[in-house]
Amino acid sequence: MSLLEVHELSKVYGEGAAATPAISELTFAVEEREFVCVIGPSGCGKTTLLRCVAGLLAPTAGSVVLRGKRVARPPDEMALVFQEYNRSLFPWMTARQNVAFPLRRKRLGKQGAARAETALDEVGLGRFVDHYPWQLSGGMQQRVAIARALAYQPSVLLMDEPFASVDAQTRADLEDLILQLRQRFGVTVVFVTHDIDEAVYLGDRIVVLTRAPGRIRETVLVGLPEPRDQIETKALAEFTRLRTHVNRVIKQEAARQPASPDAQGS
Amino acid sequence: MLAALSVLESVTRTELISSRHFPPPTKIFSTLARELGSATLWSDLANTLGGWALGLALAFAIAVPLGIVVGSSALLHRLLALPIEFLRPIPSVALVPLVVLVYGTGFQSKLFLVVFACLWPLLIQTIYGVQDTDPVAMDTARSFGLGRTERLVLVTLPGAVPYIATGLRISSSVALMLAVTAELVIGSAGLGRSINLAGEGGAVELMYALIVVIGVTGWALNSVFARIERRVLHWHVSVRRLEHAR
Ligand SMILES: Nc1ncnc2c1ncn2[C@@H]1O[C@H](COP(=O)(O)OP(=O)(O)OP(=O)(O)O)[C@@H](O)[C@H]1O
Ligand SMILES: [Mg+2]
Repeated sequence: MSLLEVHELSKVYGEGAAATPAISELTFAVEEREFVCVIGPSGCGKTTLLRCVAGLLAPTAGSVVLRGKRVARPPDEMALVFQEYNRSLFPWMTARQNVAFPLRRKRLGKQGAARAETALDEVGLGRFVDHYPWQLSGGMQQRVAIARALAYQPSVLLMDEPFASVDAQTRADLEDLILQLRQRFGVTVVFVTHDIDEAVYLGDRIVVLTRAPGRIRETVLVGLPEPRDQIETKALAEFTRLRTHVNRVIKQEAARQPASPDAQGS
Repeated sequence: MLAALSVLESVTRTELISSRHFPPPTKIFSTLARELGSATLWSDLANTLGGWALGLALAFAIAVPLGIVVGSSALLHRLLALPIEFLRPIPSVALVPLVVLVYGTGFQSKLFLVVFACLWPLLIQTIYGVQDTDPVAMDTARSFGLGRTERLVLVTLPGAVPYIATGLRISSSVALMLAVTAELVIGSAGLGRSINLAGEGGAVELMYALIVVIGVTGWALNSVFARIERRVLHWHVSVRRLEHAR
């Protein structure tokens, strides 16, 4: 039995004439400590998939099973980093308060604030703990949201394009931070991204989705050696091969259906 | 301001405007100064402010919890939208005869009118504030396992506070208006009644002095509220915009 099983998962938004199928009969499993990247064109249902897995959205059909138990509401051991990071931070709380917010329920007392500060330090925001989200840049806000998920110490971490608004260097640092974290705590990660290089660099496996409504187009095993290194790993011939392969699959997928105006996505 | 006052002064002194209807500002202010030493003015002010404060507090105690309940339930909102839209436009003053019939001409009548008028801005603002909760913020709280009540207290309410504060500021001026109106029309004790009496007794300067007192009171209350709002809502966009402008 896998840690996380997604079984024939479908989600249709709306009803009747307005019905929009977002994902369609997705089936895959995630093993304990595995790092799975989900990649696919804009609008193919990646966020929908994560919200169903997180127990925030009831699927139209199919199921999500965590440790043998069907997910019907958000499980305690999961944390989700939202794509709309700026809206998921509370503007009336400082960065520290935002990060400590989910820790209230863990009854850590003083330790909670300390953990929040450590997490903010790790994402490079140690000097901004007392700033409000609106006093921070987009990329910094995104890092606060990441710090909040890290401080929560989930066993399953779901991330929805978490590095979309940070610069290349910060992005590389954050990628390595997440990898380290998995090394240290054995976190299982489901990671949505648009970036092929990122998916290959981070993932043990890459799930490539089709255009909307999302189905699994192909699952790519990434056998790159651990630990990964921004320079060494990306210089490997195998890295280039995987990246070309994923790129080709995505190109073929885009060409498979008649092009629609938003087919290029981002 | 000073220029306007001096123009008024010369215009009324030279009887360009009849000083029987509009006495020179200096006379108004000297009357005001004299009145500030009399107990009547202060007890009138206390009466008016009493109606303002109690009415506002009661309206708050009714409207905010009701607004939270209605705002969090789509069904309740649909059921109550029509009755609210029907009752809201009724001017409080239209209820005067009814209120006098039921409560007489005392403090209770004034209180009722103030409460009725203050209810709507507070109710509507609270409902909007609760409904305007960002769904992503809500999902964030849900994903971290917060229950219904926790989400209400920790996410919905803080988000609704700016709306409620606006409702409170609007209701505060409405409350003062209605308190004075009730005193004028019904004759409950307070500044309004004294204005009426002064007018009927030909004490024109006193009448204007009392009007000035009401004006200053309204301005003072408003700036107190604005100040509290700025302090409590320092994180909100409307306040941040003010900071930028400075
Ligand atoms: N709340 C909603 N109501 C109706 N339709 C929705 C809703 N959310 C998403 N959709 C639709 O479902 C489809 C998938 O949306 P989703 O947000 O899951 O895509 P995505 O893969 O995350 O896209 P992106 O890469 O742009 O973030 C889209 O066609 C979208 O229009
Ligand atoms: Mg998305």
